[in-house]
Amino acid sequence: MEMPTPDAAIVASKAQIVARLRAVLPGDAVICDAAETRAYECDALAAYRCAPLAVVLPRSTAEVSAALRVCHEMGVPVVPRGAGTSLAGGSLPTADCVLLGVARMTDVIETDYASRIIRVGAGRTNLSVTGAVEEHGFFYAPDPSSQLACAIAGNIAMNSGGAHCLKYGVTTNNLLGVTMVQMDGTVTEIGGAYLDAGGLDLLGLICGSEGQLGVVTEATLRILPKPEGARPMLIGYDSSEVAGACVSDIIKAGVLPVAIEFMDRPCIRATEAFAHAGYPDCEALLIVEVEGSPAEIDAQLDIIEAIARRHDPVELRQSASPEESARIWLGRKSAFGAMGQLGDYMCLDGTIPVSQLPFVLRRIGELSEEFGLKVGNVFHAGDGNMHPLILYDANTPGQQELCEDLGAEILKLCVEVGGCLTGEHGVGIEKRDLMAVQYAPEDLEIQMAVKDVFDPGWLLNPAKVFPLGSSAARRMAAE
Amino acid sequence: MRPETEAELARIVSDARGPLAIRGGGTRCAALGTGEVLSTGGLGGIKLYEPGALTLVVRAGTPLAEVQIALEAEAQSLPFEPMDHRGLLGTQGTPTIGGMVAANVSGPRRIAVGACRDFLLGVRFVDGTGRVLKNGGRVMKNVTGYDLTRLMAGSHGTLGVITEVSLKVLPAPRASLTLALGGLEDVRAVAALSAALGSPYEVSGAAHDAVAAMTRIRVEGFEASTVYRAERLQALLAEFGVWQVIEDDAQIWRDVRDVAALRGGGDVWRVSARPTEGPALAARVPDADAIYDWGGGLIWMRVPEGTDLRGALGPFGGHATLVRAAAQTRARLGVFQPGAPPVAALEAGLRARFDPRGIFNPGLMARRAGAA
Repeated sequence: MEMPTPDAAIVASKAQIVARLRAVLPGDAVICDAAETRAYECDALAAYRCAPLAVVLPRSTAEVSAALRVCHEMGVPVVPRGAGTSLAGGSLPTADCVLLGVARMTDVIETDYASRIIRVGAGRTNLSVTGAVEEHGFFYAPDPSSQLACAIAGNIAMNSGGAHCLKYGVTTNNLLGVTMVQMDGTVTEIGGAYLDAGGLDLLGLICGSEGQLGVVTEATLRILPKPEGARPMLIGYDSSEVAGACVSDIIKAGVLPVAIEFMDRPCIRATEAFAHAGYPDCEALLIVEVEGSPAEIDAQLDIIEAIARRHDPVELRQSASPEESARIWLGRKSAFGAMGQLGDYMCLDGTIPVSQLPFVLRRIGELSEEFGLKVGNVFHAGDGNMHPLILYDANTPGQQELCEDLGAEILKLCVEVGGCLTGEHGVGIEKRDLMAVQYAPEDLEIQMAVKDVFDPGWLLNPAKVFPLGSSAARRMAAE
Repeated sequence: MRPETEAELARIVSDARGPLAIRGGGTRCAALGTGEVLSTGGLGGIKLYEPGALTLVVRAGTPLAEVQIALEAEAQSLPFEPMDHRGLLGTQGTPTIGGMVAANVSGPRRIAVGACRDFLLGVRFVDGTGRVLKNGGRVMKNVTGYDLTRLMAGSHGTLGVITEVSLKVLPAPRASLTLALGGLEDVRAVAALSAALGSPYEVSGAAHDAVAAMTRIRVEGFEASTVYRAERLQALLAEFGVWQVIEDDAQIWRDVRDVAALRGGGDVWRVSARPTEGPALAARVPDADAIYDWGGGLIWMRVPEGTDLRGALGPFGGHATLVRAAAQTRARLGVFQPGAPPVAALEAGLRARFDPRGIFNPGLMARRAGAA
């Protein structure tokens, strides 16, 4: 993955830049020692690393504004970072950038249970938002699998999803307001503790803009009352076509499960060897979870079971207890770890129309053979968000490139069948150069024109999202 | 002008020499009356409907009713329950899908499932220079590039003319029950709605009609579920009074959705606020009739003609939109509440990129100097 050549003049001005930042920020908020900045050299796309020029860790919106104003005046690129868990390289630094981390802004600023909102510092982790309200019977719905570590700031930047978004939606559906600092230091309040912010939907625009439009420092989020209970069932099939048809029939029957997860045979086998969850050795496994009172859960699972039986499953079991539920989820939750035991892997994130599932799985199998790399599939079937895991060996020369090429082929396939490159991880640097597969030049041009409005100098996270060739003129003009 | 194809519409826009009033079915009175009418009514038809994938792709001019009939045949629906403005505004015509999206029209169920913008998966639109652009797609999860899809929802035809939309649909609720209680004053009513919405019983409607002093709470789902949840809610909310359970409640919620109580004369405003602040806000306005929806967070207010409601409310967290008023009142007070300066600057910047000549519904969402 190519990154722009660092601006030598900026790199040479490091001392002045650091001095200016130190003048406006507390001493411990500016890091420039090479040994310490290395801690920020990558995110969860760890194959790519580059230490930033300096790191700033502000504690308030005012400090973020002061730091950005300095960088704006000095023409220094800024890469915002939440918790650094991006799988797409969204917070990968460049050698000429100041990395701005919001991890110190973790306060709960306000909770209002009667109005069902919470306002938090954007550095707060996803799970600790729920942690702050669960005593009162509430939770924050979006649940990306990195939720223990990932920050709300990153969730907003990537419009993160999770396993339960079939029912509860993704970040953009649960975000009511933000405080955002623009690159020139302007502090902007958008939305608040009410539904449907006024004017143009800037909130919707900022959510998923990958830190390119502004740095979000505080967020007002919708919290929801916890359901009375939830229980899954496990269904095994001998073909992914049949599993796909079953998913479609469940949805058509009027039941709206909170999650429908899918695993294929390579993934089931790896998981069994690792976690011993007691999964059947079959072609396709579904985990379907529903919520409600015990009686409501029974009723919904019975409807699903009747549908599933019509498709002749090789295995089917309803959970009747928390222990059984935990066992059913055990394999799914350890799937990534299990695949990791087999070697290095790259996790893709394309979304496809649910009707195309069987065809896409078959094609992925063929491509896997062509490239000679194993692929396991584990994903959110209810909404078509796939996560093919490509196994490779990072120590064998050429394997990483081969893996990236296979990944690109699979993502092109997702677009060809009417889907998209990324369902919840974001474009970052990883899918940046594939954007032209999904969007015509003018569709990308209007998106870049949006960035022109928020950040005319193209200083915020500039080398992400758009193919380098497409954004070159703008980035150069800014220099 | 009523083009029959997207290409024809694009040509009309690029050839335009003056302002255009963008119109779907003309039921929502969007434009301020300046400019030649450009209707999307000729761009009709459902392009794709996959019930098993919960997705629908439809051209902008398609009547909402046509879409609803197609969905009903599969026991599905547009979950956000879009309002029909005709009764409230006294308009004729046929609401279209494009108009619904352009105005981000939602109804009572918005409180439970989200707004129109939350179910929008993708758009095609023509920008102010006549370019045909697309964003999003037809899949349920998509974070590929910037989300211009949501930006187009609720842009009221000021950024582009929407030609096609993809929507996520959901199974229609199989059954519904409503709890009703009369005589609560506004603060108590909103407290009851908050208690209901804070319970795990999946309330899908929470409204209070302050004119009739009638508070209503809806639960939906499979029949056994609705019975169970209604019982639980009756017990939970017993401190407020004895709630009556109503089975045949479709008309009740149609009336809430369409704000039937405020039909007739007077100006009507739509205020979005923190739910618990709703009653105090309404109390700031003398001579106002208030209808609360969304648990108190959406307040419809009828005031004497020409009243400056924003002035009466003063500063608050939220915004007020002028929905029904004489043309000169709309022009004088502005339909939409102006944003704070940094927000207004960003909005002006976006308009300048999407519609550089300022020809789409000029002045509707923001007055701008030197507009065509």
